[in-house]
Amino acid sequence: MSIANTAHSVVEPSPGTRRLAGSLVVLYAVITMIPLVWIVLTSFKSPDDAISYPPKIVFTPSLEGFCNLFTTRSRQTPEFIQTLGPSQGLCDEIARSRNMVVAGPSNYVPRFVNSLIIAFGSTVLAVALGTLAAYGFSRFRVPLKDDLLFFILSTRMMPPIAVAIPIYLMYRTVGLSDTRLGMILLYTSVNVSLAVWLLKGFIDEIPREYEEAAMIDGYTRFQAFVKVVLPQATTGIAATAIFCLIFAWNEYAFAVLLTSGNAQTAPPFIPIIIGEGGQDWPAVAAGTTLFLVPIVVFTVLLRKHLLRGITFGAVRK
Amino acid sequence: MNDLSASSRITYGAVPVQPAVVRRIRGLSDKALAWLFITPTIVLLLAINIFPLVWTIYLSFTNYRANRANAPVRWLGIDWYQTILTDPDIWAAMQVTAHFVFWTVVIETVLGFGLAFLIDKKFRGHGAWTTIILLPMMLSPAVVGNFWTFLYQPQIGLFNYVVAFLTGRSASSFQMLGDVTLSPWAIVIVDAWMWTPYVMLICLAGLRSIPDYIYEAAEVDRASKWRQFWSITLPMALPFIMLAVLFRGIENFKMFDMVNLLTGGGPGSTTEVASITLKRAAFESWRTGYSSAFAIILFVTVFGLANIYVKALNRVKSR
Repeated sequence: MSIANTAHSVVEPSPGTRRLAGSLVVLYAVITMIPLVWIVLTSFKSPDDAISYPPKIVFTPSLEGFCNLFTTRSRQTPEFIQTLGPSQGLCDEIARSRNMVVAGPSNYVPRFVNSLIIAFGSTVLAVALGTLAAYGFSRFRVPLKDDLLFFILSTRMMPPIAVAIPIYLMYRTVGLSDTRLGMILLYTSVNVSLAVWLLKGFIDEIPREYEEAAMIDGYTRFQAFVKVVLPQATTGIAATAIFCLIFAWNEYAFAVLLTSGNAQTAPPFIPIIIGEGGQDWPAVAAGTTLFLVPIVVFTVLLRKHLLRGITFGAVRK
Repeated sequence: MNDLSASSRITYGAVPVQPAVVRRIRGLSDKALAWLFITPTIVLLLAINIFPLVWTIYLSFTNYRANRANAPVRWLGIDWYQTILTDPDIWAAMQVTAHFVFWTVVIETVLGFGLAFLIDKKFRGHGAWTTIILLPMMLSPAVVGNFWTFLYQPQIGLFNYVVAFLTGRSASSFQMLGDVTLSPWAIVIVDAWMWTPYVMLICLAGLRSIPDYIYEAAEVDRASKWRQFWSITLPMALPFIMLAVLFRGIENFKMFDMVNLLTGGGPGSTTEVASITLKRAAFESWRTGYSSAFAIILFVTVFGLANIYVKALNRVKSR
């Protein structure tokens, strides 16, 4: 690969190698970003621009996609539209230019709110349970510790559809079908395995001497846990929480099978946004963009811990 | 592992006048605390994972149908298992799954390792570019997968346009999602786009775990760069590559989201991976008993893989 060894070090790649490696990686990054950029671009296109051939890179930005995402519209005759008063707001104006009137808000906001409630609810629960269990596994001699830890991890390995069959029946029996509580519990149970494994790794790294010193000073074990270990583990807990949040936010299989109205989250809703004559791509793109923005922010925040998170704490750096 | 005794010894030593009873309570409370901390998690998993699993096992021996909850339930023994394991449609689904798993894992490993190798050259700005490359794997496979159906549109899709531009074929001459030979590759492409960064990230950790002095020693011995790659880089990164391969293998064996939204298993059943078959049987034809048996078979397969995975994981850890 490398051309020649530089004088200063035998293991340092030469500037030429670096430039070549850098340009290849940048090339890959640019190609891999195209679909994401295209989502954002499409969300600002008018429906005609979105489906034009060849695909338009330069276009007049339009907010129609976002309007269609947030509203439902009904078709009216031009005569009827003329009898209406002045248009109320931008979306109304756009709708009227297409011979339609805004009939009401769409379901996107309620679905988005469901996603928020379910993601945050399950994250708080999973991290709380996970922190306790991780501390227990990290500091105490628990019988069958390795088996229990494997059991906890193995629940994450189950195919979601296979889990969904009995959950569907169980929730139907106890009245948790299509409820936020049901989804929160389900996502908690999936996330708690990740939380335990990740947090055990983080807590293992906190020296025991800190707690022992605190206990010599008269703290009970529990006080030492709350006042010494928890503050030390803040970064780990935050990273774990973001991982749980991302999973619950992105989850689709359970959501599409177990929710229909009340508790439906955004992922099963976005693909079924349709306009007249098929999918309304600018609206889908707008919904997708709004849905992805928080994850992009979290990914940047989390970049130092990503490796740990995706390997259940197996690989640390 | 003698942490418990160590801590209690210190406590004991620090408070010499402490009566024996208090010491015992404190010793007890450690144990009680351990259970108090661990039990809620175990109870939740028992309720939401294990109880339903046991229920599934029971249902797999019956003719129960979720859409006819009041019909009498008949015990069928292992009939469903026999039916499934001898059903050519199931084996077809398993073959589709195997094709999907094999090609995604091969492509993601080659690309992911290659990228990691390049990023490890530490060119200027490699940190920022790495973060950008990682983005796709953090996004919702369903929501992004859904958008790929737009990119794959025959006339208007960007993917078709780019392929047409590069090859000179007409953009409407091929349908990535509607064609029997192309659709299995359409899902492989999206999965590779999404998960190559995952393999890259793990491989990068592997490459960075190799200490410089080994390369220095190899240089002293005048080993060529090529030789260094095959005798040092690859063997030492191998446990990490294995970890990535096994994790991708398990995840893609379970694959549902993306395939459901991209093709829904079609055209015909050319992209019908096991999870789609299971979903159709369980939530469309409502053959609950049958699909429970199939679910159990998939469980057992995944558990076999998971066991191997955990062993590999421990090997990486012990390094």
